[in-house]
Amino acid sequence: MTSHLMPPLALTLVDIGRILSLAVIAGGLLWLFLRAIKRKEVERRVIFLFIFVSVVAPILFPTVFQEKATPIVKDVFDKIESLPPGSVVLLSYDFDPAMAPEVQPMADAISRHCLVRGLKIIYMCLFATGQGQFTSTLENVIKPEFPDKVNLVDYVNIGYKAGNEGVLNVIITDFKKMFPTDVDGVPYDSIAVFKGIRSCKDLDLVISIGGGKPGIKEWILFVGDPGNVPIASGVAAVVAPLMYPYYPAQMLGMLGGIKGAAEYESELVHHYPQFKNSPTPALLMMGPQTLAHLVIMAFIVIGNILYLLERKKGRKR
Amino acid sequence: MKRQIPVLLVFVFGVFMIFQYFSPHEYSEWIYKFLMDWIYIIGIFAMALGIWSLIHVSYDKIKNKRHDWGYSVVTLAALFIMMFFGITGFDENGEWGFYFMTQEGLTNPMFRNFFNHILVPIETTMFSLLAFFISSAAYRAFRARNVLATMLLVSALVVMLRFNPYFGEAVGLYMNKIAAWLLNVPNMAAKRAILIGIGLGMVGTALKVVLGIERGYMGKG
Repeated sequence: MTSHLMPPLALTLVDIGRILSLAVIAGGLLWLFLRAIKRKEVERRVIFLFIFVSVVAPILFPTVFQEKATPIVKDVFDKIESLPPGSVVLLSYDFDPAMAPEVQPMADAISRHCLVRGLKIIYMCLFATGQGQFTSTLENVIKPEFPDKVNLVDYVNIGYKAGNEGVLNVIITDFKKMFPTDVDGVPYDSIAVFKGIRSCKDLDLVISIGGGKPGIKEWILFVGDPGNVPIASGVAAVVAPLMYPYYPAQMLGMLGGIKGAAEYESELVHHYPQFKNSPTPALLMMGPQTLAHLVIMAFIVIGNILYLLERKKGRKR
Repeated sequence: MKRQIPVLLVFVFGVFMIFQYFSPHEYSEWIYKFLMDWIYIIGIFAMALGIWSLIHVSYDKIKNKRHDWGYSVVTLAALFIMMFFGITGFDENGEWGFYFMTQEGLTNPMFRNFFNHILVPIETTMFSLLAFFISSAAYRAFRARNVLATMLLVSALVVMLRFNPYFGEAVGLYMNKIAAWLLNVPNMAAKRAILIGIGLGMVGTALKVVLGIERGYMGKG
């Protein structure tokens, strides 16, 4: 009789895991909070343990939130949307494996977006390791999801050249001088993507993905400003606040950290439902990041309770 | 003479580059482009010099069994293994060979395995350790000791809260607005001030180098 009146329990193992892990973290924090009231400091290893649990739990029991693109991310998305098919976009992989978990999802999502819109992509890198990161996009995005896209016609990889800002200083006036061939040795003039492209000034959009040096700042200083080329970026979260002064006059938009990448992935899926089943690593990574942020905030509050109580005690003395 | 020639070269090219920026004349443009080619060549030589220096220093350390010389063995082994797999690979017919001018090496399975399963996890692990240290530092440092520290603390919490979907859309939207203001107004003003300061500092240092006052690039102050 009761079973007819009560709604059926539809909890999956993942749901149970989520609830249990949240309960463990919340219970632990409450215990630390009560200890803080008794003026007991939290040991460093306890903080590390909480961060570990808050990062691991959402990985084991994935929690995906719906993201809404903020204006700075939407500007990049809208710019790509506004370009007519056949426009040429340069995507520079200015990062190494250390930054890859944060920025590789951006590079993959932007590649998907450009290719589905029929834009042509020139891939290059100012970091030597960027070449390896591009191979990841080639193997995981371009080949499986866009088998009809042809190398040299729809996209081209011109690879890495040493020289940092010097490379940009040359390609702002002459691409061929710095990149006489692509990575496979195909001559510049035989590459269809480069038809009508003499320098960076002929590009419709440049997007630098990275966060180190050389990176987006160098692209703005040596290409965007002198050549009046539209520049956008995808950067690691630690670099994003440093780049705000360039937005929107010198940099039309920016994807900052995992959050920016997740917003872009969400926007892409929203506009192009065919990508519903494509990997969305940034959206998945938002779970661990969100929970870890909450735990850090809780520790900041606990730390301040301790501090205020200590100060009160000091005044009484 | 050993010191005067580099100073003279730096002065001549430095002054030329300053004036060239303001001169649209075709000769000036031609010389500028010509000089830009040198950057490319210098970049390649710098890389070769860097590799040679790494080999030399590591070999010297191993030979004299200096402190932590074992790490140098790993460094050299990694360098040569990656170099070997980076220039060898299989062509379209599945035949193995050396590829100095093309990217077959980058698709070599062993190169990819070393890159994906050794280099990527090592670097990402190092970077991800930041989360642990930042949280510990935030607990100890973010304390409301005075008005400025309290402002910093509240700003940090607001910026972190805007990322947090657990609090629902209404809180998120509100936090987003405040965080956007924090990032676009006080943050941007401070960063712009710093950037302008850095820019002026760079101009000053560049002038000191061009005029031969600062000679640190020659190995002596």
